[in-house]
Amino acid sequence: MVQTVIFALLLLAAFGLFAWQVRKIRANILVGRDRDASGNAAERLRKTFLVAFGQSKMFKRTTPALLHLVVYVGFLVINIEVLEIVIDGLFGTHRVLKFLGPVYDGLMATNEILAALVLVAVAAFWWRRNHQPPVRRFTGPELRMWPRLDANIILYIEVVLMFALFFMNTADLKLHEIEGKELAGTFPVSNLLVGLLPAASVGTLEVLERAGWWFHITGILLFLNYLPSSKHFHIIMAFPGVWYSRLVPQGQFSNVESITNEVRAMMDPSFVVPAPATNPDGSALAPTPFGAKDVDDLPWTNLLAAYSCTECGRCTSVCPANLTGKLLSPRKIIMDTRDRVEEKYNSPLIFQPNIYGAEAKHEPITDLANATLLRGKVTPEELWACTTCNACVESCPVNINPLESIIEMRRFLVLEESAAPASLNAMFSNIENNGAPWAFSPSDRFNWAEELYVAEGVSREVAQS
Amino acid sequence: MADLAAAGEAPEILFWVGCAGAFDDRYKRVTRAFVRILDHVGTKYAVLGLEESCTGDPAKRAGNEFLFQMQAMQNITTLNGYNIKKIVTACPHCFNTIKNEYPALGGNYEVIHHSTYLQQLIDEGKVGMTGGESFKGRRITFHDSCYLGRANNIYEAPRDVLAALDADLVEMKRSRANGLCCGAGGAQMWKEAEPGRKEINIERAEEALATLSGTAAALANLGGVETETAAPAAHDLQGSIIAVSCPFCMTMMSDGVKNKEQESRVQVFDLAELVASAEGINA
Repeated sequence: MVQTVIFALLLLAAFGLFAWQVRKIRANILVGRDRDASGNAAERLRKTFLVAFGQSKMFKRTTPALLHLVVYVGFLVINIEVLEIVIDGLFGTHRVLKFLGPVYDGLMATNEILAALVLVAVAAFWWRRNHQPPVRRFTGPELRMWPRLDANIILYIEVVLMFALFFMNTADLKLHEIEGKELAGTFPVSNLLVGLLPAASVGTLEVLERAGWWFHITGILLFLNYLPSSKHFHIIMAFPGVWYSRLVPQGQFSNVESITNEVRAMMDPSFVVPAPATNPDGSALAPTPFGAKDVDDLPWTNLLAAYSCTECGRCTSVCPANLTGKLLSPRKIIMDTRDRVEEKYNSPLIFQPNIYGAEAKHEPITDLANATLLRGKVTPEELWACTTCNACVESCPVNINPLESIIEMRRFLVLEESAAPASLNAMFSNIENNGAPWAFSPSDRFNWAEELYVAEGVSREVAQS
Repeated sequence: MADLAAAGEAPEILFWVGCAGAFDDRYKRVTRAFVRILDHVGTKYAVLGLEESCTGDPAKRAGNEFLFQMQAMQNITTLNGYNIKKIVTACPHCFNTIKNEYPALGGNYEVIHHSTYLQQLIDEGKVGMTGGESFKGRRITFHDSCYLGRANNIYEAPRDVLAALDADLVEMKRSRANGLCCGAGGAQMWKEAEPGRKEINIERAEEALATLSGTAAALANLGGVETETAAPAAHDLQGSIIAVSCPFCMTMMSDGVKNKEQESRVQVFDLAELVASAEGINA
C-alpha cells in the first residue's frame, strides 16, 4: 500500500515535471514567425508514417539504420512492459498482463531478446563515436563538450535501463524457482542469468526483485525528464517535425510577401499595398526585418525542427562545402538555433550551449545575451559557403531543412546590412543593369543565333520568318 | 517571339535560353545544338531574344529577394504578354525558378527541362540517334545537377537520353539523390569559394574521372569523405565523356577536368550536344 502511494506520487511528479518542460519548449518554438502549415493532412500523415514512424530515410545507410532500428523497435515494444509496470505500481498487482497467456509469453520473450540486441547496438554506437578516429560525422566544432557528453550519456542510460530490466526479471525467476512456482511469461535471456544469482532467502530475493523494478521505472521516469535537455528529445519531436516539414519541391525557396507587395506597387501604380498587421489595440507592430538575424525571425517550423534534430550529422557529412574543408556545417546551424532559442528564452534543466572560439573562427563573445544567432553563433563565412545543393535536406532522416535557415540569414545580410561579398554585389548590379549576372551587354543576348547555321548562312530569325 | 506575335502566330514552345546559353561561349554551343534539334524535328518554337532577362535565380539564392522579384515580375509581364503556356529551357536553375517560384508572383506555365524534352522526342521516335557520330563503347558518366535532381526529382530523363546513345554508361557512386554538387549553385558561380582544403569541382571531377577510368572503388572515402588519389586505371580515359545538363555544371566540370590535366582525353558535353552529334546535326 505504501509502495502504491509512493509510486503514484513519483509518477505524478515525473509527468508534472515533464509537462512543465514541454510547455516551456512549446513557448520557445512559438517565438518563431508565423507560417501556415495547416491542411494537406493526408499527405502529411503519409509522410509522417513513412519518414518518422517507418524511418524510410534512415535506410540510405544500412548499418546505422539496422542498429537504430533495433533500439527503436526495442523502445516501442518495451513501452508495453512499462505500461504493465505503471499499472502494477498503481494497483499493487504483479505482472497484470499475464492474463494474455501465450501472447504474454511472446511479449516477454520479444522484450528480452530486443533488450539484449539493444545492448549490442548501443555498444556498436558507442564504438562508432568513441574509437579513434571516430566516424567523421561524429566530429566537428559543434560536437564537443556537452553534445558529445550528451550522446554518450544516452547510451549509458540505455545500458543501465536494459540491465535493470534483466535484473528485475532474473530476480523474479529465481524467486519463483525457490518458491516452486511457475512465473508467467517466457524469459530467454534472464533464464540464462538465473544461475548467476546467489542462493538467497525468499526475503532477500523479494527485495532484489523490487529493487530491480523500482530502479527500472525510476530510471525511465528520470530519462523522460532528461529528454528536453538532450538531443534524445528527437524520439518525440521527430513526429511533429516531419508532420510540419515542407511539402513543396526542395528547389522552391520561400517567397517574401512584403517584398512582393513593394515590387507590385513599383510596377503598377494602381496596386494598393495591404495594410500592415496591427496589435489587437490597433497600434502598429514593430517592423520585422527582411530575413533572419535571430531565432525569432525564423519560421516557427524551423525552431520545431531544431528540437527534432538528433545531431547525427548526416547533413554535414554530405555537404559539399564541409567535405572540402569549408567552415559550413548544416548540423551546426540547427544546433545553434536550438542553443540560441534556449539562451534567449526558456532554458532546459541542463543547458550547456556551444560556445565557439578559434576553431570556428569566432571572436570571443563578451555579451552572450545579445549575441544573436547570426554572428553570435553562425558566421557569414559559413553562410556564404553554401551551394544550396539540398544535399543536407535530402539526407536528413527527419526532414529538417537547414538550407531554409541559411537563406533567411543570407537575406538579412544582403537586404538589411548590404553585407554580401563584393563579387556578389557585382553580380547583383550586373543583373540590374544588364539583365544577366555577367557583365555582358544586353544587346548581345541574341548573338548566339548568328552562328547557328554558319555553313548554310542563315540565321534562326531568317529561318523563322 | 515578337516577330511571331506580330504575325499573329503562337509557338508550340518557348525556348528559354538563359544567360549562360546566351552569353557563355561554351554554353552557346549547347543552345545552338538544342535549336538545331528543334529545327530538325520541326517543333514550332520561339525565343524571347533581347526581351529575355535573368530569371533572378542567382539573386534569390544569394539572399537578394528584392532583385529576384524585380526580375521575376519583369519576365512574367513579358511572358504573360505573349500568352506563353509552355516553356522549355536547358538551364536547371531557370527551370526551377520559373517552374516553382514564378507561380507565387503570377507566372503559371508548363515548364520542361530540355532533358525531359529530349527524352520525349526520343520516346516519340522523332529523334533516332542515327546518321551521326556513334557513341558505341564510349564511357559516359552523368553528373546530376542539384536543381534538376534533388530540387525537382528529375533523375531518369537525362539517363534515358544517354541510354539511347548506346554508349557504355557508368554511374558515379554519389549519383541521383546522393549526387555531389559541382560547387556552382547558390550563386557560388560568381564568387570565390570560402577558405577550405579543396575546391568542390575538383572533388567532383576526381570522382568522375575515377569512375570513368574504373578506379572509383579504390577511392578510399567515397560516401562521406573527400576522395583521395586514385589507383591505377582499369580503363583508358581516352574518348570518355562527362555528361551534364546544366551550364554551371558544364563550367565547373570542365575546369575540374582541366585542373587534372585530362582535357585532351575526357570531354564534358551537355545532353543536347550528344543528341545532336548522334543525329548528325551538330555544328
